[in-house]
Amino acid sequence: MSFIPTLSPLTVVVIPFVGALAIALAHQHPKLRDGLGWLASIAFFIAVAGHIGPTLSGQGATQTLSELLPGVSIAFAVEPLGLLFALIGASLWLVATLYAQSYMKSLNYPHLARFFACYAIALGAAAGIAFSENLLTLFIFYEILTLSTYPLVTHSGSEEARRGGRIYLFYLLASSIGLLLPAIIWVYAATGTLDFQSGGILGDHIAPHWIPVLVGLFAFGIGKAALMPMHKWLPAAMVAPAPVSALLHAVAVVKAGVFTILKVAIFVFGIDVLLATGAGVWVAWVAAFTIVSASLVALRLDDLKARLAYSTVAQLSYVIVGAMIATPLAAIGAVMQLAMHAVAKITLFFSAGAIQVASGRKKIKEFDGLGRVMPYTFTFMTIGILSIIGLPLFGGMWAKWYLLMGSLSAEQWIVAGALMLSSLLNILYLLIIPIRGFFAPAADGVPTEGLHEAPMAQRVAMGITATACVVLFFFPEPLFELAKGLVS
Amino acid sequence: MMDVVLSYFNYWVVILLMMIGFYGVIAHGNMDKKLMALGLFQTSVFILFISAGKVIGGATPVIRDGVSVFSNPLPHVLILTAIVVGVATTAVGLALAVRINEAYGTIEDDLIGDPSHEPEEP
Amino acid sequence: MTLAQWMPFIVLVPMITSGLVALLPGRNLPWLMTFLAATASTGLSLWVLFGIDAEPLRYAFGNWPPPIGIEYRVDAANAWVAFIVSGIAMAALLWGRVSVHQEIPERQNIFYALFLLALAGLLGITLTGDAFNVFVFLEISSLSTYALIAFGHDRRGLLAAFRYLIMGTIGATFILIGIGFLYMMTGTLNMADLAERIPAVADTNAVRAGFAFIIVGLGLKLALLPLHLWLPNAYAFAPNVITVFLAGTATKVALYVMLRFIYTVFGGDYSFGAVPLATLLMILAIAGMVVGSWVAMFEPNLKRLLAYSSVAQVGYLVLGVSLVSLIGLTATFVHLFNHALMKAALFMALGTVMYRTGSARIEAFYGVGRQMPWTMTAFALAGLSLIGVPTTAGFISKWYLILAAMEAGLAWLVVLILITSFMAVYYIWRVIEAAWFKPAQTDAQGATKVFREAPLALLIPLWIMVALNFYFGLETSLSLGAAEQAAQALLGAFK
Repeated sequence: MSFIPTLSPLTVVVIPFVGALAIALAHQHPKLRDGLGWLASIAFFIAVAGHIGPTLSGQGATQTLSELLPGVSIAFAVEPLGLLFALIGASLWLVATLYAQSYMKSLNYPHLARFFACYAIALGAAAGIAFSENLLTLFIFYEILTLSTYPLVTHSGSEEARRGGRIYLFYLLASSIGLLLPAIIWVYAATGTLDFQSGGILGDHIAPHWIPVLVGLFAFGIGKAALMPMHKWLPAAMVAPAPVSALLHAVAVVKAGVFTILKVAIFVFGIDVLLATGAGVWVAWVAAFTIVSASLVALRLDDLKARLAYSTVAQLSYVIVGAMIATPLAAIGAVMQLAMHAVAKITLFFSAGAIQVASGRKKIKEFDGLGRVMPYTFTFMTIGILSIIGLPLFGGMWAKWYLLMGSLSAEQWIVAGALMLSSLLNILYLLIIPIRGFFAPAADGVPTEGLHEAPMAQRVAMGITATACVVLFFFPEPLFELAKGLVS
Repeated sequence: MMDVVLSYFNYWVVILLMMIGFYGVIAHGNMDKKLMALGLFQTSVFILFISAGKVIGGATPVIRDGVSVFSNPLPHVLILTAIVVGVATTAVGLALAVRINEAYGTIEDDLIGDPSHEPEEP
Repeated sequence: MTLAQWMPFIVLVPMITSGLVALLPGRNLPWLMTFLAATASTGLSLWVLFGIDAEPLRYAFGNWPPPIGIEYRVDAANAWVAFIVSGIAMAALLWGRVSVHQEIPERQNIFYALFLLALAGLLGITLTGDAFNVFVFLEISSLSTYALIAFGHDRRGLLAAFRYLIMGTIGATFILIGIGFLYMMTGTLNMADLAERIPAVADTNAVRAGFAFIIVGLGLKLALLPLHLWLPNAYAFAPNVITVFLAGTATKVALYVMLRFIYTVFGGDYSFGAVPLATLLMILAIAGMVVGSWVAMFEPNLKRLLAYSSVAQVGYLVLGVSLVSLIGLTATFVHLFNHALMKAALFMALGTVMYRTGSARIEAFYGVGRQMPWTMTAFALAGLSLIGVPTTAGFISKWYLILAAMEAGLAWLVVLILITSFMAVYYIWRVIEAAWFKPAQTDAQGATKVFREAPLALLIPLWIMVALNFYFGLETSLSLGAAEQAAQALLGAFK
């Protein structure tokens, strides 16, 4: 991709911020505002894509801005994992822009300039997290991401939204300041550095019996990864409009969480150290518990977005499991899950939003027969669900496969059992939705006459992500190679 | 025993004055009385300094023939400064008391109460 | 002239100008002279700060060689504090011109003369190397501060000033007693000289008593819990420009003097070895952090809220001292600067809102966020610095403090620092919620009160302060470098 110029990492990160400013300034001109939204997302995508060539050839760009503390700078370094995260964010932002502009107008939301500006800032913060060269830089963008998504969660301004927003802010800030920050300072106090280095930086600086504690501080402190009991913010955030749930709470924010966990596991602790000491195993058990119990909770929820939120909680813990078991296969599975789940889950949230736009319905029990009216939406939803369950022909299978193999090879029977149980539960609580939609007769009091498909733009957006789920099944090699490169 | 009392005579005076002053500052609600007590409190410290400068058998510190032992003049000079400070403090305090009397109609601390509980003026 | 000869002018310029300002007519001329004097002091102290090397700068007044004469003795520690004090004075004045027009319509020349006198006093305390001179300058600054607090049109300021006068005078007299004991035992008042002579008589009750009197007296000036009672009302009911100035300077200088006595005069070995000062300071610091933050969480008057927050911040400062390490002391010195930045910005923001609404009660802030967005955004950003969010100056302070606590192996202290940070989140959030999420106030007829955005003359200095909070959160070489040098200068003095 040498024909695309490679911009400095800072420039890449700044593009969405500049875009946000431009969008905010254009608040009185809806056309211009939408155009700027497109411009920012396209420019951002190209800028991120420009890093693919150099990074894969092992010459990822680095950039140091200012030395904040002795040995700790605000600095960027592009490496394959970060680039993958940034690419997921950038490409899905394009699709989400298509979807969001249609969605927000269909439902007549006010203050769209503020909405799209914060949306862009969130993506910029995600890119900052992706390109961080050290823990402190990562932490800064992590907090920017939290703060910039708060106005999005409370966008409707209703009392319910504000209550959700308070829970959102409380959980994310409390966990990051209360646990993650002390963990970072601990690392700094012990090692004198916060740089991400392959093989980890801890070395012998921290006594072995303390490492599980430190792992715990990170795992629970990174609240965005939604490990129980830090998961409460995610269902609370579902008061946000669907595009926010789709891109941010299925991709940017939650993936920032698990990405950080992966980053910490690989570059701070070192996969080999984790594997050798088994320091992360107890967290893997917590994650296994999270997977099963979140699935059980999801079973009982009737609100589609709430059910999807708990499904996300469960799916995120797959990544944590992979990072904490730390066998090479499991780690590869974790990296693949990062991408596969993003594509699949955004499809599901898109379809949830599309159903709401087309029919005004949110409860699953009101979906009976709706699939026959909205065949596209429900078909794409089915594809997303099958990918999440991990069936062949859909990308999600690869992630599940490697995770399962990894936990079996580490002889983590409990974890492996949890993974398999979760797939079964997935069928029960996710696949049942389109089945009812297609085959059940319309329920009393919620007729399907007079309803029609979601707007074209939303269908196209869903179609793209659903197609991606299938494509990733047939062409997983680039992902696999990247993951392997990280682990070995 | 008597020796101890007598040889530290000046210190006993200092302590007595200081305690009277300190008690007065705390116990009195009237601002003028508070300021008087504060003055007493400060004065005790002046005496502490000055009495420390006295050298037994020493003469006034003016160089002249036939005198070789002088009292230490430095504490006097220091305390001169401190007295000026004390006078200034009393002056500021009294000025404030006058203004408080104008604003509240009393200088009894107990009658005025905590200013933070006072309702906002329009 | 050499740098050492220029150095006394840091104090002399504001002192001499103050007499001049008292004679100037009108409103703008006194302000201009005051501002120029503060700028000159800032420039000079910055010059000194950069010009200083291993040896302290010394200047003997009247050519009387120390220990007979009074000597100014400046190392990295005082230069840093002097820069903070004069810099905050400059910033407060820059912001305060319009605010003073509103709060003190008449006799501004006297007001500014007193301001300069207070500034000269604080700078004098900072630079002098003579223990008695500390007392004199302390009283100069205190007396003018009492008058300044009472200068506004709020009658509660009078009471606050009077009570501060009583407590402040007791504190200063305690210091005087302490100095008296030291003089009796050693026969000298020069700090460096005292440091040489004290070890010989260290093991006497008189020196111990002197130490205790000085620490308690300074603790009062520092508003260290439980000696903090004067501070909330003094801050709350003073004219806003004075609150900005005091919040950034007065307690800082008291802390500096305390450190000077602890490390230079008595020596760290004596202070922390022969006397259990570290434990005592740590207990009081923690009490200050917790109590100050706790009261701030429920305080309805926002100026008092920030004042109680200052009590908590003094706790942080003293906590760094009580850890008795280079990192701890660095944390204290860097927080000295950062706290001055954040509190000045916060009080400026409050003052800017009060310029329009006239009240510091939280009800008066309802809906102000939508009516004065620039001012309240500035408040929110400065609040982030107070909380210690990364990229702000406050984060650097917290980072060093936590690092020092970890180095000392006190994990519970880290937890405590974080808990008090959460309390700060809460009380800042209360203001944000009032400003943005509450419906605007209505007057007696039920019509919504409308406040215009504040004038640029207030907004620009406010935003400069906010920007500095972020600048020093990202570019730390000046603040951290100076703080570390200051800490080393003090620690070096006791080795």
